Amino acid sequence: MAAIADAGIFVPVKASRGYWASVAHRLIRDPLAMTAAAIVLIIILAAIFAPWVAPADPYKASMIRRLRPVGTPGYLLGADELGRDMLSRLIYGGRLSIFMGVMPVLLAFGIGSGIGIFAGYVGGRINALLMRTIDIFFAFPSVLLAIALSGALGAGITNSIVSLTVVFTPQIARVAEAVTTQIRTRDYVEAARVSGAGPFTIVRVHVLGNVLGPIFVYATSLISVSMILASGLSFLGLGTKPPEPEWGLMLNTLRTAIYNQPLVAALPGLMIFITSLSFNIFSDGLRSAMDVKQ
Amino acid sequence: MLLYTLKRILYVTPVALGVSVIVFLLVHIAPGDPLTSIMPIDATAEQQAEMRAAYGFDKPLAVQYGIWLWKVLHADLGNSIATGRPVLADVSRAVGNSLILASVSTLIGFTFGTFFGFVAGYFQNSPLDKIASLLSVIGVSVPHYWLGMVLVIIFSAQLGWLPPTGAGPDGSGNWRPDPEHLRYLILPAITMSVIPMGIISRTVRALVADILAQEFIQALRAKGLSEWGVFKHVVTNAAPTALAVMGLQLGYLLGGSVLVETVFAWPGTGFLLNAAIFQRDLPLLQGTILVLAMFFVFLNLLVDVLQTALDPRIQRS
Repeated sequence: MAAIADAGIFVPVKASRGYWASVAHRLIRDPLAMTAAAIVLIIILAAIFAPWVAPADPYKASMIRRLRPVGTPGYLLGADELGRDMLSRLIYGGRLSIFMGVMPVLLAFGIGSGIGIFAGYVGGRINALLMRTIDIFFAFPSVLLAIALSGALGAGITNSIVSLTVVFTPQIARVAEAVTTQIRTRDYVEAARVSGAGPFTIVRVHVLGNVLGPIFVYATSLISVSMILASGLSFLGLGTKPPEPEWGLMLNTLRTAIYNQPLVAALPGLMIFITSLSFNIFSDGLRSAMDVKQ
Repeated sequence: MLLYTLKRILYVTPVALGVSVIVFLLVHIAPGDPLTSIMPIDATAEQQAEMRAAYGFDKPLAVQYGIWLWKVLHADLGNSIATGRPVLADVSRAVGNSLILASVSTLIGFTFGTFFGFVAGYFQNSPLDKIASLLSVIGVSVPHYWLGMVLVIIFSAQLGWLPPTGAGPDGSGNWRPDPEHLRYLILPAITMSVIPMGIISRTVRALVADILAQEFIQALRAKGLSEWGVFKHVVTNAAPTALAVMGLQLGYLLGGSVLVETVFAWPGTGFLLNAAIFQRDLPLLQGTILVLAMFFVFLNLLVDVLQTALDPRIQRS
C-alpha cells in the first residue's frame, strides 16, 4: 500500500481540513494549552455565576471574625481584614479583575487592527505619518504610560480601562500594519486589484482573512500583561474602590495582614498569577497551533 | 557609522518632541483644574484667576506648551505644588535610587535568563528545555508586586532574614554601596529581575535554536571544531541581540518600577510618581514621567547604535 501511495497511484482523496479546523485539531492535542484553557474557563464561569457558586455574601463584614486563617469552619479560605469570606470575595473578584484585564485588549484589538490595517493598506505618506505617531507611544515603557494616564485621569474602572487601551492600541496597530504591508504586496492581492476589485472588497476578502489570525494571537498574548497591569492599577488605588471585591485591590488592603495571616494575604495575588499564567500558556499553545512566527 | 548615528539622532528628535507633547498634555487631560488641590476652598473667583495667572494656566494651550518646553530645555521642571521644592532636584535624587535597583535587577535577570535560554536552546524539547521554558513563562506571568509581597512574607515576616521595606537602616532617602544597605536591595532586586529573566530567556532560546540550525554550525562541526569552539561561535552570534534586549529591559524596569517600589517603599522614581499621583502634584507627575520617558528614548537610541556597531550584519541604511 505504501509503495502504491509513494508511486502516486490510487491515493485515496481525502478532503483536507480547513485552516481553523486544523488549528483546533492541533490545539486539542496540546495538553498544557488545554489545561490552561480549562483553568481560565473555570475561573470565568465561577465569576459569572458567582451568586450561585460563592458560599457567602462577599460584602458581609464581621468585626469579630477578622483575619481568620485558611481552613476555618465556614471560612474555607479564611476571612479578610474586615471579616469577609475570602473564598466568596475571590470568586466575585474575578468579575472585575478579568473584565478590567480583558476589556482593554478587546478594545485595543478593534482600534489597533483598524489603524494598522488601514495604514498598511494605504501605504505611502499616510502610513508613515500614522506609524511615526504610533512610535511616540513606544517611547514610554507600558507600565509607566498606564500609570501616568490613570494617574492623570484619576481613579476608576473606566479610566483604568481607557488608560490600558491607550497602552495596547499602538502595540496591536504595529503588528497589524506589519502583517498587512506583507499581505498587500502578495500576487493574489495584486491579481484582485487588476481584476477590478475595489479596496473594500480586497480588504474584506483578501486582507482580513489573512491578517486577523496573527493579530488575534498577538492580542491573546497581551491579556496576561493587561490583567497584571489592571490589577496593579487597583493595587495602587487607581482602579476600583473599596469595598468592591477585585484581586489587585484586595491584595493592597490585605498588605497589613502579612504578619498575622500571610497565606490569606497572598491569596488574591495567587489568583492574578494563576489566571495570567493560564492565559499566557494558552496563548503560546495557540501560537504554535497557528504556526505564527513573531 | 557616524552618518548612521547622526541619522538615528535626527529620527529620535521628532519622537522626543512627541513625547514632550504627550507628557505636557497629561496635566490637561486631568479632570478639574490643575490647581484645585492647593486652592483654598473659599478662594474667590478673583483669587482663583490670580493664582491661575501666576502658574500660567490662563494662557492658550499652545503658548503654555511653548513656555513649558523652553523651561524644560533649560533644565527647569518647575516646582512641586505640594512641597514647593524644584521638581528636578527631587527627580534626580530618585533616579539614582531607581537606576541602582533597575541595573541590579537587569543583571540578575540577564544572568539567569541567558543561562536558561542557552540550556533550553541547546537541548530543545528535552525535559530541561521544558523546565526552562516553564520558568520563563512564569517570569512573564507573575504579578511582580505580588511576588514582592510573597518574598517579604517569607524572608522578612517569617524568617526575619532581610528588611521588608526601605533603602537603608537610617530610613533616609539614599541607597549607598555598603553591606548594610545591600541587605535592603536584595528583595526588591530579585522581585524585579523575574520579568527580564523571562523575556531574555525566551529571546536567547529562540536565538540559540535559530543559530544552531544554520549551515555554518554544521560546517564548523564538520571541520572538526570542538563543541566548546562551536559554543563560542553561538555566543558571539547571539550576543548583540541578547545585549540589546538587556538594554531595553533596563529602560522598561526603570520606567516600570512604580509597583515594586511602592511595595518595598524604595525611594526611587516610582515611589515619587505614586506620591505625585495621590497628592495630585501635577508638575511633579509631569517632570518624573518626562525624565523617565526621555531616558527610555535615549537608551533605545544608544542600544540601537551600539547594536549596529557590534553586529556588522545589520544594514546601516
